[in-house]
Formats: sequence, structure tokens, C-alpha cells
Amino acid sequence: MASNLEKLPKEKFAPAILDSSKSEEINKPSLSFWQDAWMRVRKNKAAVVSLVVMVLLIIMAFLGPLISGREYDTQNVAHANLPPKIPGLENVSWLPFDGEKKLPNGNVINPYEQKKVDEYYWFGTDPLGRDLFTRLWKGTQVSLYIAFLAAIIDMIIGVAYGAISGYYGGRLDNVMQRITEVLIGIPTLVVVILMILVLEPGILSITIAMSITGWVGMSRVVRAQTLKLREQEFVLASKTLGNSDGRIIFKHLLPNLAGVIIINTMFTIPNAIFFEAFLSFIGLGLQAPNASLGTLIDEGYKVLRLHPHEMIIPAIVISVIMVAFNMLADGLRDALDPKMRD
Amino acid sequence: MTRYLVKRILYMLVTLFVIASLTFFLMKLIPGTPFASANKLSPAQMAIMKAKYGLDEPVAVQYVKYLGNLVQGDLGIAFQFGNTPVSDLLANRIGPSIHLGLQAMIIGSIIGMILGVFAALRQNTWVDYSSTFLAVIGKAIPNFVFAGLLQFFVAVKLGWFPVLFWKGPEYTVLPTIALMMFPVAIAARFMRTEMIEILGSDYITLAKAKGASYFDIAFKHALRNALIPLVTVLGPLTASMMTGSLVVERIFAIPGIGEQFVKSISVNDYNVIMGTNLFFAALFVVIILIVDILYGVIDPRIRLAGGKK
Repeated sequence: MASNLEKLPKEKFAPAILDSSKSEEINKPSLSFWQDAWMRVRKNKAAVVSLVVMVLLIIMAFLGPLISGREYDTQNVAHANLPPKIPGLENVSWLPFDGEKKLPNGNVINPYEQKKVDEYYWFGTDPLGRDLFTRLWKGTQVSLYIAFLAAIIDMIIGVAYGAISGYYGGRLDNVMQRITEVLIGIPTLVVVILMILVLEPGILSITIAMSITGWVGMSRVVRAQTLKLREQEFVLASKTLGNSDGRIIFKHLLPNLAGVIIINTMFTIPNAIFFEAFLSFIGLGLQAPNASLGTLIDEGYKVLRLHPHEMIIPAIVISVIMVAFNMLADGLRDALDPKMRD
Repeated sequence: MTRYLVKRILYMLVTLFVIASLTFFLMKLIPGTPFASANKLSPAQMAIMKAKYGLDEPVAVQYVKYLGNLVQGDLGIAFQFGNTPVSDLLANRIGPSIHLGLQAMIIGSIIGMILGVFAALRQNTWVDYSSTFLAVIGKAIPNFVFAGLLQFFVAVKLGWFPVLFWKGPEYTVLPTIALMMFPVAIAARFMRTEMIEILGSDYITLAKAKGASYFDIAFKHALRNALIPLVTVLGPLTASMMTGSLVVERIFAIPGIGEQFVKSISVNDYNVIMGTNLFFAALFVVIILIVDILYGVIDPRIRLAGGKK
């Protein structure tokens, strides 16, 4: 500190001019709610890193199956259970991409040489010889679809239900709240299993099951906020000016609810991703030959002792997705929730 | 309080009724018959079979009978185990599940609470950051990934604990760790937020002004009030124990309800799936009710706000 002080120029220490007109000047540009929120998100390093990681994952999920040049369901039993091998990285000894495999008894073998495979399988192959790189990104697509779906259900059904219930109040609110109180007592797991018994297990039944229960939490939060907002003067003013209820809800209430909606959606997404993977893992989710991160982990788990890469790679990807979504959700909550302001 | 209690129990019954009805009518929608050898049966044999299980009666009659059986705890028959009643099957398998669930929930909550309290007391230091990091990891990493990797690295590679089965205390260690990650994460986050809020409140300042020791302030005044809202997370924790038990019991081959459930899914034993499903739903609903009542009983602020006394 001391050396810094000496370097400061003398004129910095001149007395300030007292001018009443200048002290009233606004010397920072005024920020809208969203600019302010964005600034706060940007300050949160974990959230920014998560955002970058998520963008990369989304790009890879769609680009991955294209650049691998293989189909996700093409079987080639001659190339079964190959370890990962990536051109270029195969010579870096500490990376596990050299196409070699350590057996449980300690011997190191190279299945690529034994089976005379010239091709490179970047993340190896599964017991049916399917390319894991392609399957991994296909599975990531499923997770992203579920994330997108959960967000849409939350934003459409949950917000509409909550806003209508809260805005109109009275008997309608009473009836609607009784329904949610029954629904909230039903665990999602129970509904999903019922749906899957009637429909075929797969992405459709997961979608329907999530539509039935996924929105309840959101509707409660939105209703509570709407109850508070509808008593405020700007709503009364809009009513006095003759605006319809629909217009008031969409034009005046929704923008004020945006913060809560975003926070809630962001916390729903990782739960939905986990749930799909969990269902796939216990055999209720996607069925073969479709790949999701849950089925990949399930298949990999069965051969974990012999071919650890088949489980560890999808496990890393889903963990990264989950951590990224959670961190971003935390960052957004800190930025958007007025109660969290310091 | 009585009025609230009656209202809550009524809701619980409605929820259970809805789930049970939904289960019944969805079951009716499933194509085919519940008999394993349906293709080999002649129409006459089929009629006898249907009459035996009461499937020839009108749906309304079947529905009433079904509800009557449920009230008496009869969940149907498990076809895969030579026609044992599902309720017997559940009764035989509930021991390890409850043992594991309670052990994970209690140890997990205690560890989480300790982490959360120290994170709050040492806010913005490495203690806080590592506790928060652990909480994020515990919440984010799916339990089946964690359980699988734990089994592989700690049991198979290092050989510190048994890999599979449920034969003694040492067999419970890894499943408990795998299952308690979520309670640890939730309790740690919750406790941190609560403690920080309470440490900034007026009565803590008063306690400081009166010269109470740091230890007394943290553990006698702040912690006791921070513990109360922790009861509210018991509901989500129970739900996570249920989903968690499915995968953890499967991975560690523990003879509990969850393992049975996953097996039944793979062999399409509808009665066991339905019965376990109803059991889970009932358990969940009852625990939520108990949590709500408990919350009212232990928090004097809520009791006062309710207008009693």
C-alpha cells in the first residue's frame, strides 16, 4: 500500500469543489432490472463457468453424433468393449485415451491390436460394439430434451394455473388450490410408474407423467406472488383504464413475476434431468437401442469391473450437467431474487 | 389445532383415495389379462380363471371390492413368487429398507447440520466454501452414479468394505454413505442460511451485549432456533430416500423393498409394482402429515400465530 500511495499524482489530492448542482448529477447510467441481473450473474464466477460449460455441452450434444461418423445403434460385435482411443491424445501417457486396458489382475492389454481394429473409437464401444461417443451425445440430447420439456411445462401450465388461481381468487382459487393440495401429496415416482404401466416405457410416458405433476410447485409460488401483486396500484390503474383481465395478467403481472418464474424453472430442470436418468437406470425410462445418460450408466454399470470407461464417461457427463445447472440456478437466484440483494 | 388436524387428515385421505382409484382404473386400461399363460387357455378356462379372481364382475363392483381390500391392507397377489400376498412380501422386506433409510437420513442430517453450522459461523472462509462445494456436489451428482462409483472404487478396488449383500454392520457402511449424500447437502445448505439469518437477529446481539460466550451464543441461542425449520425438509428427504432406496438397494443387492420393486419392474409383476407404489404413496403422505403436525407442535411461534392459548 505504502508504495502505491507515493505513486499517486499530487492533483488527486486537490480539495473538491462544492457545487450543489453537481452533487445532484446522476453519474451512473440507470440500469433496468435485467441489466442489473445480468451484471450480478456475470460477477458470479461459478455461474459464468456453468453457463459456458452448458453451451459447450449443448453444442456437443448436437454436433457429436454428426462428427463421429457413426450411428448410435449400429452394432459391430467384432468391435465390442473397446477402450477409448483418440488420435493425437493416444500418445499422452497419463491420459486414458491410448486404447489400452488394464485387466483386474493387473495386466495391460491393447484390444485394438488384439482384434486388429484400425479405426479409432474416441470413447470406446459398448458390449454390442456400438460407438459410445455417438451414444453419449445422443443421450445428452435426451437429457436436454427433458430439461427443455420440464421448463416448458413449468412455464406454461404452472404459471397459468398459479396466475389464474391467484388473480381471480375467491371460489375459483379455492377449488384450484384443493386440487393442487391433492396433487402435491402424490410423489412423482408413483405417477411415473403408473403411466409407464399403461403406456410403453419411453420418452412419451415420462413426458406425460411430468406434465401431470411437474408444475405444482411453480403454480404455488406464482399464485403467492400474484396474490401480492394484484392488490397493487398499477393493477388498479390498469383496471380503471378498462384493460381486460387477460391483458392485465400478461402485460402487467407476468413481467413482475419473471424473476420468480426463472428461478423456479432453473431449479426444476436439474430435478427433471435426474429423474429421467434415474428412471432409465432402473429400466423404466428409454428402452434399447435408444440411449440416454441413464441407460448408458445402467449398461456401463453391468460391466464396470472389466470396462470401467463405459460407466465412468457418461457418469462424468451427467454429473457435469447437473452441477452446471445447479450452479447456474444458484447464480440466477442470487441475481434475480430481491430478498437476496446485499 | 384440532381443526387444522382434521382438515389435514381429510386431505390425506382424499389424496390416498385419488391414488388408489387412479391405480385401479389405469390397471383396467392395461391390455391383456394378468394371467401368465393366457395364450394357452381356452375361452372356458379363461372364464373360470376370471370368475376365480372376480374379474367377470362389473367394473364398479370390482372397484368397490378393491377399495375394501385396500382398507384391510390386502394389496393383491405376487404372481412371480408362487402367489404370495404382496403385503407379506412387503412385510418381509421392509426391515433392511427402513434400517438403511433411517440410518442414512439421521447420519446424513447430523453431518449436514454440522457442516452448515460451521459454514455459517465461519462465513466466507475456506470452511464455508468447502461446505458449500460439498453441498452442491451432494445435491447434483445422481445417487446411482455415486453409489456405483463408491462400490467400484472403495469396495472393489480398495477392498475396505464388502461389495454386496446385507449381512452385518460393515455391510451397511457404503449404502448408507451413498444414500446420505442428499440429506447432507440439503441439511448443510438449509442450516447455513438459517444460521446466518439468526446470527444477525436482535436477540443474538442482545446475548452478545450481555456477555454470553461465543459457544453459548452459537450453540445455545442460535442453533436451537435454526433447528426448528429443518423439520420442513423431512418431506423432500423422505421422497429422496424412496427413490434412493430403489437404486442403492439394487446396486448393493440389499434385500429391501426397493430391490424387490426394481426386480418386479423387469419381470412385469403388476401386482407387486402397484402394491409397492401404493405403499410408497401412503408412506409419503403420512410422513408429510406427521412433519406438518410436528412443525406446529415444536415451533412456539407457529402455535401462537395459530391463536391457541
